[in-house]
Amino acid sequence: MKTKELICVSCPIGCAVTVTLDDNNEVVSVTGNTCKRGDSYARQECTHPERMLTSTVKVIGSRLPVVPVKSAKPVPKELLLDCMQEINRVTVQAPVHIGDVVLANILNTGVDIVATNNA
Amino acid sequence: MLQYDLVVVGGGPAGMAAALQAHEDGVEKILVLERADTLGGILEQCIHTGFGLHYFGEELSGPEYAARFSEALYKTNIDVKVDTMVLDISADNVVTAVNNFDGLLTVKAAAVVLAMGCRERPRGALSIAGSRASGIMTAGTAQKYVNIDGYMPGKTVVILGSGDIGLIMARRMTLEGAKVKAVCELMPYSGGLTRNIVQCLEDFGIPLRLSCTVIQTHGKERLEGVTVANVDEHLQPIPGTEEYIPCDTLMLSVGLIPENELSKSAGVALDPVTNGLVVDEYRETSKKGVFACGNVLQVHDLVDYVTEESKLAGAGAAKFIRGEKPAGGTVTTVGENGVRYVVPQRINRATDKDVKLYFRVGRVLENVTLTVTCGEETLISRKKRKMTPGEMEYVTLKASVLEKLPEDAKLVVSTKEA
Repeated sequence: MKTKELICVSCPIGCAVTVTLDDNNEVVSVTGNTCKRGDSYARQECTHPERMLTSTVKVIGSRLPVVPVKSAKPVPKELLLDCMQEINRVTVQAPVHIGDVVLANILNTGVDIVATNNA
Repeated sequence: MLQYDLVVVGGGPAGMAAALQAHEDGVEKILVLERADTLGGILEQCIHTGFGLHYFGEELSGPEYAARFSEALYKTNIDVKVDTMVLDISADNVVTAVNNFDGLLTVKAAAVVLAMGCRERPRGALSIAGSRASGIMTAGTAQKYVNIDGYMPGKTVVILGSGDIGLIMARRMTLEGAKVKAVCELMPYSGGLTRNIVQCLEDFGIPLRLSCTVIQTHGKERLEGVTVANVDEHLQPIPGTEEYIPCDTLMLSVGLIPENELSKSAGVALDPVTNGLVVDEYRETSKKGVFACGNVLQVHDLVDYVTEESKLAGAGAAKFIRGEKPAGGTVTTVGENGVRYVVPQRINRATDKDVKLYFRVGRVLENVTLTVTCGEETLISRKKRKMTPGEMEYVTLKASVLEKLPEDAKLVVSTKEA
């Protein structure tokens, strides 16, 4: 058994939530939250935390040197820095349109990296 | 001289939403003047997501949110001039601007929407000892270097101020390989959203030092380090708590100032608390036919609220142009007991719709009773678990309540902690 302390980000109150996990990292209990959203946030955060990743990639033939990109869906939190290494290797050719896939299925997560501006 | 029904000064989220709303409401000749080379304003460099959760029910990046409006705008007959700097707005609404293709430009406008946004407080506004080494910049400037110019401004970073831009840049610099050593915040609480503290700092193990400030910068040509110190309850550095942190970059996220030079020369009344403008429920300023919205009016934390506010300004301008907008809001609003300010400051009690009162509190409050009162009468009473200066709040006043108020009613938005 072990416990994890989290701050819930579901709303501005920011409850201090304590999650108790068993030896297989399964959630045993969630305390300190004051609503249901806190419970589901804490469970997600302790079992498979995910984050949206945004960055830029180099673009050739545009008025700007880089175009912004995002992960089309959240990626596992522990892969953020590895994903950045992949994204930093990408160069795209203008024209680029919002929603264009600049890197498909990053690190086999099933998530595409897509452009978020035109260039 | 050009003639337009409506001139919108600024093509960021506020200006675009106001122009589109006025167009939708039947205003025929609209001109948007934008200083930068594209529409979109600050959203163009805010490449992180989180925009549009309220307004679109989607989590968009800044450029995507801006594109929803700029694409809609370019489909209309609204005229847009980018790379165009407005120099003056005269007493009779003649807008003077300058650009490379028209030279000096004068436009007579029936109505004007001010949507110039805000700018960051610079180093000069703080008293930090040290020389003017390179590597000291506002967080927004650093954001432009990284996200628009594709240029990393430093390798080891200290951030002063825990506003949202500072927090977002802490994550951005870390993702791009820089080491962010600390975020120092003068106040005992952060001015940023909880989500950003967790996802921009805690995720990457970046320490947030509350009640701490930078008292000196070191280095002559390039920044070499900063001295930080804890502060007491009067925000004064405590002797003996100084600590030297080596770094090549200091980013400042220490507040935003509405960019109201044009408003001042146009003779529009300012609110000393917001440094923005005094407006009514349609965001008309003290000057007839001049409206304001977005960060030039009050600094927002969510662009969704900017859009909402700007649509009011656009609708108000359309009403004014048609001669249908009642003048002279006589009901006034004021914040007391922890409520720093209220927007709008004036309301016409014969208004045709419910009015949202936007406000901020001056410090962190817990277990609060929030009230809107008029004399002895309590119009709204609401319980709140927690309120923070970082989050703008609002309460909605029903039109049916407003119309029953006396002509010179004074509405007080106030808080009381249990």
